[in-house]
This record gives sequence, structure tokens and C-alpha cells, in this order.
Amino acid sequence: MQTPPSLGAALDVLAHDPGVWRPFAGGTDLMVLLEAGKLAHRRYLNIWNLAELRGIESSSWHISLGALTTYTVVRRNATLGREFPLLCRAAAETGGVATQNRGTLGGNIANASPAADTPPALLIYDAELELLSSRGSRRIPYRGFHSGYKKMDLRHDELVGRIFLPRGRTGWKSYYRKVGTRRAQAISKVCFAGAVRFDAKIVDDIRIAIGSVAPTVVRAVQTEAYLRGKSLDAASIAAAREVFAKEIAPIDDIRSTAHYRHVVALNLLEEFLTTTSAQ
Amino acid sequence: MRHPIIGESVPRKEGREKVTGKALYTDDVTFPNSLYGVTVRSPIARGKIRAIHFNPTIPWHEFVVVTAKDIPGKNCIALLEDDQPCLAADVVNHPEEPIVLLAHKDKYLAEEARRAVRIDIDPLPAIFTMEDSLACKEVIWRKDNIFKSLSVDKGEVDAAWASADKIVEGEYETGAQEQLYIEPQGMIATANPSEGVTVWGSLQCPYYVHKALSAIFGLPKEKIRVVQLETGGGFGGKEEYPSMIAAHAALLAWKSGKPVKIIYDRAEDMVATTKRHPSRTRHRTAVTRDGKLLAMDIDFTLDGGAYLTLSPVVLSRGTIHAAGPYNCPNVRIRSRVVATNMPPHGAFRGFGAPQSVFALERHLDQVAKAVALAPDEFRRRNFIRKGQTLAVGQVVHEEIDMSELLERALKLSDYRAKRDRFARENPTQTIKRGIGFASFLHGAGFTGSGEEYLASVADVEATPEGRVRVYAASTEMGQGTNTIFSQIAADALGLDYADIEVMQPDTAQVPNSGPTVASRTCMIVGKLVETAAIGIKESLQRHNFLQERYDRQAFVAACRRYHDEVGPLRATSRYSPPPNIHWDEHLYRGDAYGAYGWAVYVAEVSVDTATYETRVEDFVAVQEVGRVINPVLAAGQVEGGVAQGIGFALYEKVVWQEGRMINNQMTNYIMPTSMDLPPIRVHFEELPYTRGPAGAKGIGELPLDGTAPAIINAIENATGICIRRIPMTPEDLMAALDATREKAIA
Amino acid sequence: MPDARLPDAPGTIAVHCRVNGRQETLRDYPMARLLDTLREKLHLTGIKEGCGEGECGACSVELNGKLVNSCLIPIAQVEGAEIRTIEGVATKEQLNIVQQAFISYGGAQCGICTPGMVLAAVNLLEQNNHPTEPEIRAALAGNLCRCTGYMKIFESILRACDRTEVQS
Repeated sequence: MQTPPSLGAALDVLAHDPGVWRPFAGGTDLMVLLEAGKLAHRRYLNIWNLAELRGIESSSWHISLGALTTYTVVRRNATLGREFPLLCRAAAETGGVATQNRGTLGGNIANASPAADTPPALLIYDAELELLSSRGSRRIPYRGFHSGYKKMDLRHDELVGRIFLPRGRTGWKSYYRKVGTRRAQAISKVCFAGAVRFDAKIVDDIRIAIGSVAPTVVRAVQTEAYLRGKSLDAASIAAAREVFAKEIAPIDDIRSTAHYRHVVALNLLEEFLTTTSAQ
Repeated sequence: MRHPIIGESVPRKEGREKVTGKALYTDDVTFPNSLYGVTVRSPIARGKIRAIHFNPTIPWHEFVVVTAKDIPGKNCIALLEDDQPCLAADVVNHPEEPIVLLAHKDKYLAEEARRAVRIDIDPLPAIFTMEDSLACKEVIWRKDNIFKSLSVDKGEVDAAWASADKIVEGEYETGAQEQLYIEPQGMIATANPSEGVTVWGSLQCPYYVHKALSAIFGLPKEKIRVVQLETGGGFGGKEEYPSMIAAHAALLAWKSGKPVKIIYDRAEDMVATTKRHPSRTRHRTAVTRDGKLLAMDIDFTLDGGAYLTLSPVVLSRGTIHAAGPYNCPNVRIRSRVVATNMPPHGAFRGFGAPQSVFALERHLDQVAKAVALAPDEFRRRNFIRKGQTLAVGQVVHEEIDMSELLERALKLSDYRAKRDRFARENPTQTIKRGIGFASFLHGAGFTGSGEEYLASVADVEATPEGRVRVYAASTEMGQGTNTIFSQIAADALGLDYADIEVMQPDTAQVPNSGPTVASRTCMIVGKLVETAAIGIKESLQRHNFLQERYDRQAFVAACRRYHDEVGPLRATSRYSPPPNIHWDEHLYRGDAYGAYGWAVYVAEVSVDTATYETRVEDFVAVQEVGRVINPVLAAGQVEGGVAQGIGFALYEKVVWQEGRMINNQMTNYIMPTSMDLPPIRVHFEELPYTRGPAGAKGIGELPLDGTAPAIINAIENATGICIRRIPMTPEDLMAALDATREKAIA
Repeated sequence: MPDARLPDAPGTIAVHCRVNGRQETLRDYPMARLLDTLREKLHLTGIKEGCGEGECGACSVELNGKLVNSCLIPIAQVEGAEIRTIEGVATKEQLNIVQQAFISYGGAQCGICTPGMVLAAVNLLEQNNHPTEPEIRAALAGNLCRCTGYMKIFESILRACDRTEVQS
């Protein structure tokens, strides 16, 4: 493991030997893979100390979080709690205290597990990622970042630098629910995040994201499109369930079954819609 | 007059070492020049070993390599029979069966070497279910795959069907359960032909390991020494298995001439060691329209895995407990434990009873429904009383009033009010609530003549300075052995708790008090400790060194005098069976256990119909266990046992593939965290048992019997769904709800 | 236990940090787990391995004041860090009040989870000196206990808080 003295040095190493170095932050995912003998990389780049990747900053337009922001820091941030509560909920549901002290948002994104807990929240908030390399930086929407199972738009010489959350939403109601194998320290079977703004009884705008039911986290754009402009009643909710069913593709695995995930995902959509419209 | 400390929650004897991290468990102990041992295991369930290949990338000349050929004595783990090899020689009968042992001083290289050994095995067809085993789809053990079968008969079951108003049938299943002690198995060994074999490790039964090593090495008893180190949980998982890992470490030590340490990591421990026997029970029950039991016909099958190990004894306990604390004139039980190509199943707290009690308590709720009685009313009409006989023909001599115990439990849990409230509110709630209970008993000590066969011994010694030492083979693994033995000896002698020292279970210094299992440590061995302590006192008094009434100072002086004038002061107590206890091993009838604990457990659950998740919201555990020696320790046993029972019911599913556990990581084998468990409210009743120390009986295993059925009964109350199999995950509940809906539509 | 020897690794490194108030130099492979290095090189055997995958919390230590699972931390990342283990909880003179409470109220049974559990409790109380039971449950969710069912662990911690209040 090498510890570069600065962000610039880290990016140079990644540029110099593309694909050889694995960035290593809190280790809560990578060390488990190493223990199980499942890591292909043998060279690790210790980015834990890079101050440029830490810190939460705010402007009028965005809150930005450094990639090394831990779940504990997210949970304790009052602004995030007010303006982006689902991200705090997700952070609180990821492991126990020890995991939250070392797990990072950047790690959660770059590990690209479809069962990760923060991505659904990030999608709800239309997050953007700033990706850094020795060539410069680029900023992309988080939506679409994951193109397939463990495949993402992150080049070999890039690091996740910052996560930007656009501010300014008012009047939205939000909902987050992770269904795991137990109440804490659990990998999710279904992880649902939703936010909606009503105009009287009509859905004015809506975001729906769900994890663990496809090779990547899913932003359910067709379900959103169906619901926009609709009034919520038994018929529209039932129809939304049908649209949603086509946007997810859960599988059987060691933790759960495709059928369970399918049924629960649809139930959580319904719970999201009924609880927020009743508020 | 000094007040007794039995009945007081004196602090744990070794508490200070545990809270400071100073207690030394096996991996904390290091010998100089020692080697790390690793085990190469079978990748498949059954086959003939053709060849063992050692990849030349490893510097094998640096390694100690042991196979079956290196075993000096008999290649078996001696227990009840000799069918289980220490190392597989020609055939393998289960995944992860040990074949080759390696040792090296570099632990990383040892692990790498383990991966570099390839075993060529010609596969043979394997069986993985009880059904396939009973059908002899393959015969994998002796002639018919049956390790043991038992029959119990009371009255005339077949004559009863005709006069029954209702006959209710049901089939129930329980899955394997992993003990999941937080400290994995580990052992350190030194061994050579001249000095013999010594092992230090995490274990429950020093003399079981002693016997096994004696056979492996062909050495006499005096050349084998087994020392128990601080043990981080056992729950039965360290009853038989330590003999295997001890033999492996000792064989490597024998061949290398160096100390060898083997520590399993969690993945190896889960995949290779014992689990609770899976079960299938069929009930057929005849009742009158008033809900009186006329006949119970019970068929009980256990899956024993590939070798016999302790399966006959697990079967025995499960069989004897299958008909519960009820007065039924006609009972037939037919049971058997069968072989499959899975790693052998073994002891886990409850030892067969959790399996048969689950079936019974689930079934009796169905029987109650069939005669339109509330579950508690049904039990009340059938509870056994003093003077009546259990299914095996044992007359109940205790003054136990199960109806009163039930009533107390129902009051404490607010059962009736909640039942009514949930029934009213559930129809309009997405979260359904329910409450259910189980009533049961658990025999303490070994079955029948088992204790007589064990012939346990415990010694107490007083030093010239008046310090009192307890010598017993009973191990401390968190349940409080050291503490209660100290309390018992202190009260027997009128001394302080601090005056008593419980000696480390080391076969070189402690007599064979039998294994630390079967809820016998307090009741049986504690009694021996009490008797031996009294023996010390009597020796002093017989010589007139001590008066009838004395203080601590006088005791110390008397010990000094005894040493000066007579010699060492040590008393031995040997188990003697209670008179009038008769057990017929052939007819399987008579006095199965010296004493029973009696209990009623009540579980309140909530079921989320959106996610099918069940939560235990509240739990009340009421039990009669004789005299409670240490209330905090006793409550701790119940709370911990209930937590394991909650896991057994709702969370702890072993996922099998071709006979191997594939969810062998803590991420995927789910035990409850602090966020998953309810308040567990424990209450004791005390009917002193004259043959127990200060009137105490056994308690350790009881909580595993009633917890799961209480929960599943509660789920039925909440949802109307009859679940017959545990563990019941949300996926299982959903499937059951789907099946019910489909049936309703059809 | 993962293979800490990686190809192209320079063998062992020296890592300087403070452990239980003392300056130490840890020498081991860069990817060696902090758990192993503390146990083997500094003989701090109070830290336990229960699962090797960050699930059970038996390996909990404090790293720069934060509770972490030492089985998931390579020593290359602890240069300059401040580490506290269970051995650093009691002072020379007396046990921490949480430790005393665990002894008095049955918080420890087999004891293998106890070092991690005590450390997690002490860490919690340093941030929140009067937690409610739900807060305790949540703070200890990453420390698994197989023996107790957690009841007496919570009770021990609640009683430890009461005594602290009485004292102050």
C-alpha cells in the first residue's frame, strides 16, 4: 500500500499505471473482499489522508461533500439533516457505528454494489459527481454513472472527488426504507428512496430510486413519468405498481428471492405514495 | 451468623479479567517456536480419494504434512462409536471432511499452502435429505443409514382413535442452526512419544478430548493432558468438535516436535463444524370434544450428518421431550436419526428438545383450534400434575402447578387484553400484532442411567492457609460455573466468596466430573461440590479441630492444624443416583430425568404486511428451576437462550448447496443484533429440589425449547397463517401467505 | 485472515503511532490488519477476532477517538494515529465505571465480546453521557453478543450512567 502525500501525487500514480492501483479509503468493503480472497488488485493507493477529498461545503446552489465524507459525518451534519434527510437516513442504516466511522460516500459509490444504501438517496437528490484525474476534472450527473453490474463511468486514472447535491427544493415530502436481513448490520434486500411534491392532490414532481433489484441502482423514470400530473387514488397507485414492476429485475441470491424483492419493492412504492399523500 | 450468598447476585468470579481484556483465550496464548496448523478439506460430499497433489510453488520441505498414515493409534474420534475418522484416508463422506494437515511458522504461507493442495476425489452419489436417507436412495452408513431408532409406548394408542371426537394431524420441521460462539474453535498442542500429548484450548469437556486423544495416539491415560483455557462461548458447539481439532493440532505437534496452534477463522468454523440437527416431526392427536388428550402418535426424525457422533443421545432427549408436560393416557413415539452426506450435526443447547418441542407446541395450538378452545384453556385441561405419568412412564413427584405458571406468564405479558385488542385492531392495520405462548419442560442431567454411567467426581481441598479449592472438570464458558461453585462451597463451609478458588479444568489436576452439558453443571456437579465441601468440614469436626459453629478464623486455624497433625485435607464426592430412580433402556420407559425445569414463555410479535418482516416486540419467560443460586447469572442464561431461540425461529437459516453451508459468513448467517431483540422479562419460581445443591435444578437449555414455538404461535395469532417450519424468514412468510391466498381462491 | 504479503510489497514497514498513550512503532506488512499487528507485536490480546469481516465488533478499537473495527484497517493507514484498546480503558488505579458495572450487573458472560462491547460503551458515553436505551441499542448494534441477549449489557451501561451522575 502506498500513501501519496497529496491529491496531485495520488492522481499522478493513477495516471502513470492505469488499472494497477486500487484506491483504498475506509476499507470497509475492500478489506472484506481481501479477506475472502476476492480482490484482483494487489496494489492499493491509500487516499484516506487526502484533505481535499474531505469536508462539506455549501453555496447557494449546492451542498458538496468530499468523497471521503464518512457516514458519521453525514449523520451529524445539521444542514444535510434539514435539506437532504434521506442521505442521513441512508447513512444511519449502513452498518453500525464502527462501519459508519470508516465508510465513505465515495467508497459506497465506487464499490458500485447494487445493494449500496446511499445511491438511492443520491439519485433522489439529482446528485452530481466531480471526477478528478491528472488531466483535470469533469462533472457528471450521478444518474447513469452505473452502466451495469459493477461497471461505472469511472476511468482507471480517476477518483471520485466531490458529490454535489443541488439545493433549493421546497415542499417535497420524502421517504426512505431499507429492508435488510435484520435491523442493523445488514445488506439490503430492497432499498427504496422516494421524494414527491404535490400540487393540491396532483403529483407535481417526483423522484423514485431503488437498490438491490437490478444490476445497478435504479432511478425509476418511467414510473415517475407515469405519476407526474396524476392524482393519487387506488387506480393510479395500482397502475404505477405495474409500471414500476417493469423497471426492476430482481434476482434470487443468498439473502433473498426475486419474488420477495419484487413484491416488497412494489409494496414500498405504494407505502411511499400513500404515506406522503397523507402527510 | 454469616448470611448465605446462595441466592445473591455476587459478581462473576472471573469478571475483572473479562472486562479488562486480560482473560486469555486460546489465540491469546503463544508458545515460543510454535507453528500454525491448517486443515485441507474435501471439496465434495462423497467420494473415493484418488490422489493428493502438492503444488510445487510452495516450499514443502519447510512444512509439516500429516495424513491418516501418520496416526500412531486408531484413526477415529472416539466418542460413542468409532465411525468418524480423524483424517479421511480412502473415502470422504461430507464436504469439508479433513484430509491433510499442514503446519508452518508463517501463518500467511500456511494459508497459501492450504490452497495449494489439490485432492483428487472420484465422486460417489451423495444424499442430503432425511427422506432420501430413509428411502436408502444411497446407503452411506452401515446397512440402512439409521444411526439409532427409539420407541416409546404408553397405553394403547391405536385403540384410542375410534373413541376420538377429533383427530388432528400435522407435520413440522426445524432447520440446522449454527452455534456461532463469538470465539471460533482453537487448540494448541505439544506432543512427543516420550512425554505424551498436552492440549490447551477452547472446549467444554476436557475428558471427552482426553478419551479421544488416548485412542488417536494409542497412549495410556497418564500420558494425555487436556487443559481448558478461557472459552468464548460453546453452547454445545464445543462439546464434541474440540476432540477433532485437538487431535489435528496434536498430530502436527507429534510429527514436528514443536508446539502447534490451530485457530479456525469464522468461515472455516461455520462450514466444517457441527450444527443443530435438522428435524421433521409428524403428529397425530386424538382429543375429546372437551379438549382432553386421548392419544398422541408422534413420529420424529433427525438428520445426523455423515457420522454418528452424539446423535443417539440427541435423539434420546428429543424423543423423551416430544410429548411435553401433558397428561395423555396413550402415547406412541417412533423416532430415528439418520445419516446424510453433510458435516456431522452435533450438540447445541437443547440437544433434540427444541426440535420436538417446537413441533408439539405448534401442534397443540392446532388441536386447540380444532376443538374451538383457546390455546391456554386447552393446555389447562391437559397439564400434567403430581402423581400422573409422563409419556415415558415417569411419575411426576414435584409439586409443579403448570396452570399457575401459565396464569402468571399470561398476566405478566397482559396476554388476554392484548389478544383481544389485536383481534379488534388488526383488520385495519398494515402491521399486524399477535401474541402466543409455549408451555414445556426440560429434564436436567443425563437421561436415565446416564449420570450413573458418568459416575462423576468432584473434589474440594483446603490448604494449610485455609483457602478452599474446588476441583471439577466442569468448564466456565460464560454460564457462571466458577461463580456458582464458589457460592455453593462458600455457603457449605460458612466462608467468604473470596475464600474459594475454582481450579482450572486440567485433566492433570481435576477429576472427571463429566461433560459441561445437559444442564447438569449446577444440579449434578454443583451437588458434588457441595457434598465435598461439607466433607472438608466434617473431616475437621471429626478430629475436633472445628466446632459445630465456627467463624472464618477458626476454620483457617483448623486447616493449619489438620495439615500439621494429619496431612493433606481433601474430600472427594462421587455421584450416587437417587434411590428409586429406575430407567429401562430397552423399553425406553421409567424415570428419564432426576428433575425437570418447567416453563411458560410468551411472545408478542408484530408482522409488517408490506415487507413480511416479523419483529418480536416483547417476551416474557417464566420458569420453575428449583433454587436460583445467582439471580443475575440465571436471568442471563434465560435472556441469552431466548435470544438464540429468536434466532432459531426467525433469522438463522443455514443455506445448503450439495451438503455444504454456503452462507458461512457473519454477513450472511444472520444472528440478532441489539436492534433486533425485544425486552426479555424473566421470572423465576422456586420449588427446591432436594437432590440439587441448595435445591437447585438445571437451567441452561430450557430457554431454547419454548422460545421458537411461542413466536410462531404468535405469528399465527397475528396473521392467521399456520407456519410449520423454522427458521421462518420474511420470504417464507410471504410464500405461506401466497399459498393461503391461492387455496382461498381455488 | 487475508494474505497481507502482496507481490511487489517492500516487506514490512514501520508505522509510528500512539497506543494507549504510549508512543509505539509497529512493524509489519503494510496490509497487515491492525488487529493482528496490535495483538502480535504489542501483545494487546484484549482485542479479539470474531469474524474477520467487520460484522461482530469483537475487534473494536478507538482510532483517533472513533470506534472502528481493527480487522478492516491495514496498518499502513495508522501512521500518526492515536489508538486506544481495551487495555487503555482502565487506569492504573481503577476500572472504568462501565467495566465496574459490567461486573456488577452481569454485562459479561463468556467475555469474548466484552472488550469490544466495553469500548463501544465507553466511546458512546464520551459523546453522550446519558443515553436512552434505544440510543444504547443503536450505538452497540455493531457489537454482537451470543451469550447475553444484550439485556444485561444495556442495564450495565444505564447503571454506569446513573453512577456517573451521582458522582458529578
